[in-house]
Amino acid sequence: MGRLPRRSAAVIPALFVAIFFVYPVGSILWRGIGSANNDRVRQVLSSDAFAGVVWFSLWQAVVSTVLTLLVALPAAYAVARYDVIGRNAFRAIIIVPFVLPTVVVAGAFEAVFARFGLAGLRNTPWAVLLAHVFFNYAVVVRIVGTFWEQLSARPEQAARVLGAGRTQTFLSVTLPRLRPALGSAAAIVFLFTFTSFGVILLLGGPTSATIETEIWRYAVSRIEFDVAAALALLQLVAVVGLVVLTTRTQKSRSVDASGVAASNLRRPRGSQRIFISAVVASAVALLGVPVITLIERSLSVGGGYGLDHYRALGDRVALLPVSPARALTNSLQYAVMAAAIAVAVGTLAALAATGRTKFGRGLDTLLTLPLGTSAVTLGLGILIALDQPPVDFRTRWWIVPVAHALVGIPFVLRGVLPALRGISPGLREVAATLGASPARVFREVDAPLAGRALLVGAAFAFAVSLGEFGATSFVPRRPETTTAPIAIFRLLGQPGDVLRGQAMALSVILMIVTATSALAIERLHKNSDGLL
Amino acid sequence: MTLVRQLFSFHTVQQLCIVLGVFAVVATACGSDGSSGGGVSASGDEAVESTTPEAAATEEPAEPEPEEPEEPEEPGSITLVTHDSFALSEGTLAAFTEETGIAVELLSSGDAGQMVSEAVLTAGNPVGDVLFGIDNTFLQRGLDAEIFVPYESPNLANVPDAFELDDQHRVTPIDYGDVCANYWISEFGDVPVPTTLDDLIDPAYADLFVTENPETSSPGMAFLLATIAKYGDGWEDYWTALRANGVVITAGWEEAYYGEFIAGGGIRPIVMSYASSPPAEVLFADPPIDTPPTGVLLDSCFRQIEFAGILAGSENVAAAQQLIDFMLTPTFQEDVPLNMFVFPVLEGAALPEVFTDHAVIADDPLIIDPATIGANRDAWTDRWVELVLR
Repeated sequence: MGRLPRRSAAVIPALFVAIFFVYPVGSILWRGIGSANNDRVRQVLSSDAFAGVVWFSLWQAVVSTVLTLLVALPAAYAVARYDVIGRNAFRAIIIVPFVLPTVVVAGAFEAVFARFGLAGLRNTPWAVLLAHVFFNYAVVVRIVGTFWEQLSARPEQAARVLGAGRTQTFLSVTLPRLRPALGSAAAIVFLFTFTSFGVILLLGGPTSATIETEIWRYAVSRIEFDVAAALALLQLVAVVGLVVLTTRTQKSRSVDASGVAASNLRRPRGSQRIFISAVVASAVALLGVPVITLIERSLSVGGGYGLDHYRALGDRVALLPVSPARALTNSLQYAVMAAAIAVAVGTLAALAATGRTKFGRGLDTLLTLPLGTSAVTLGLGILIALDQPPVDFRTRWWIVPVAHALVGIPFVLRGVLPALRGISPGLREVAATLGASPARVFREVDAPLAGRALLVGAAFAFAVSLGEFGATSFVPRRPETTTAPIAIFRLLGQPGDVLRGQAMALSVILMIVTATSALAIERLHKNSDGLL
Repeated sequence: MTLVRQLFSFHTVQQLCIVLGVFAVVATACGSDGSSGGGVSASGDEAVESTTPEAAATEEPAEPEPEEPEEPEEPGSITLVTHDSFALSEGTLAAFTEETGIAVELLSSGDAGQMVSEAVLTAGNPVGDVLFGIDNTFLQRGLDAEIFVPYESPNLANVPDAFELDDQHRVTPIDYGDVCANYWISEFGDVPVPTTLDDLIDPAYADLFVTENPETSSPGMAFLLATIAKYGDGWEDYWTALRANGVVITAGWEEAYYGEFIAGGGIRPIVMSYASSPPAEVLFADPPIDTPPTGVLLDSCFRQIEFAGILAGSENVAAAQQLIDFMLTPTFQEDVPLNMFVFPVLEGAALPEVFTDHAVIADDPLIIDPATIGANRDAWTDRWVELVLR
């Protein structure tokens, strides 16, 4: 019972990823490798400079991931265990860096560096690491925090009663139980930073290069597609290796997720309040300071402050094909679609992959890959692969939300899988034995237990789409469909304080929309009374 | 449980093989796809067998179908492929449609470099009929990849010969703009404003200049070419001296202008930007100002000319030709400055007031012919990286 439907759930995700990811990326790799000037490729790959690039790519991604985990885990713990005013708002607000265009963030960081006498940080790897923690903080807090909240606190209490110290309890009881969520979050952060593009170019300085920036350089700046394809293949192999490695850590333990309730939450007392304050203070320092710089810039008008830049967003500036407000509407529409696709495909894939079949796990791996694939590879792949009937899709408007959804799916999948796998199979069997249909088992067992994680994933997919720039810029689009990130980039492309003010105002609105949407999406969970 | 675990560790290895296997299969499938589709052939960059349906298609202009201007497949509609900086006033393209019955669908992607890269990759099966926005620094790549079919517009008669860089008329010049160093006027006084490229390596101007990396930025590339045009083989010494004089390099124009330059709150008073930047400073000033705070170092100007061409593989060649003609009419040409901050190539096209008041055009801009750029571009940038960044 239940086996067959769960398997057939995989058909749609498999088709989706085959058409919109495997085929395009495979095509571009094949085109490049097939026409390879092998001597040239060998020359690039064997150079000392390239060895440095590979080393830096891995180094910065690993260190960024570790740093993000270290910085964000206390906050994940705080939101998982303490009932504090503004807890949900905190969880919603931290997602805003996701939608900020890199060019805006880089500008804000540079202003912050200048103001706090940290000008020496500019154009160093440290600036890159800092920005990566800034962008990915929410991934760890939300994915780990949500999972943590659903873990019963009893094993820890038992350990303490049995005489274990705080540290020992954390290391030998809590940490192993958190492993599935930690693995998910770490994998996402690693893939994001491994393929990070703008941060490296804008904050790392002109000499820093990663495999990702090199792919762009060879494909766009030099038009050496064969070298670019070789690099893209290398990147893909590294990413597949990593994803397979982390699916392994995810699998190794099934966790008792019973006791799903807010009952683990308690009010902080005494020293716990100091802890919470420290968490909030560090979040404000890390996320708040650059964001406040943006807000200040968006409000600064002439010599003083005002809302002029916001009021002007409804009018079309000469440089843009549409008004900034319209670009925002476009982005919202795309984000809703992308999140819907990501939730649908991600949920089906998660159901298929829960069963731990070979096929399910392959699907899980495959659907995670887009996160670790360069926007250049995907964008150019769509261009040359989806160009003939029956898949003549490259100039369709919906290819943009579909590309966004590809990046959003891993968030849904990786968020939901640990939760689904944590559900004891006995629970489903009991339901089935009592006569529940597979659909009903899903509705009554899986959905309530994994619904929260699903919505966290949906919020991420939504935010990822709102902020996506790279792949969007490669897809040929009708100018009326200009998205907010592209509009911001264009506004910053000419001199003039008015244009810059509007770019900042649009960025701030994008942040507000994201935070409110994240809050609203998670409200769905409470209001649906356990149904989702 | 143990069984599951055993299965798992066994599977992880398999999983990797499966994923890579899927890629291999799909890639092979599409490989055969590509060769039968007739676009790709072996050997490196270019290589396109043009089995294009030539201009022989139809001499008849397609039937006007103004009711359905949205549908790209409809006869009487063509697609203009361009970069994200493309913008026109509302009504400009409508004027063309009204006149000819041909609706224009726009498709834009990325910056000029990205657009050219995409056009080369889709050579033979382009996403549209006409490409606009390839400039003289990228032109040779497009020509080498044979992405254009020739067309000599009668309206070229009113365009100065200096703008026509391809004698086979595979591309048609539409607009131009100069990339020039800009300086923040009020920062100069004791030291006079810079007037020559040599001033930038003068110790009196040490640590004042910011420019962009030619590998990642179009104005950065233009400035590298400007120094090569000016100094010939001496360009390497010039850059060595520039480096010794404290030049700062950024990845893109945005960080140079808004990060390092005075305009964005930075501390450097000289930046590599455009001849049209001072008018933009006036037009988008806050609060409004009468004169730009910036000036242009005319000796440093490198000329970028933007071209349009009919894409090989287009099935609407006749309509595409009409669009190229239209792009050289006053209607289009006079709309270009305020939307894209470039200058019209058409003689007699009127400039908006903010341009006539505040824009200066170099009489004798630096320029290098596209074939030379095409042949040396990568070698020059490689050498530049060694000299300036290492």
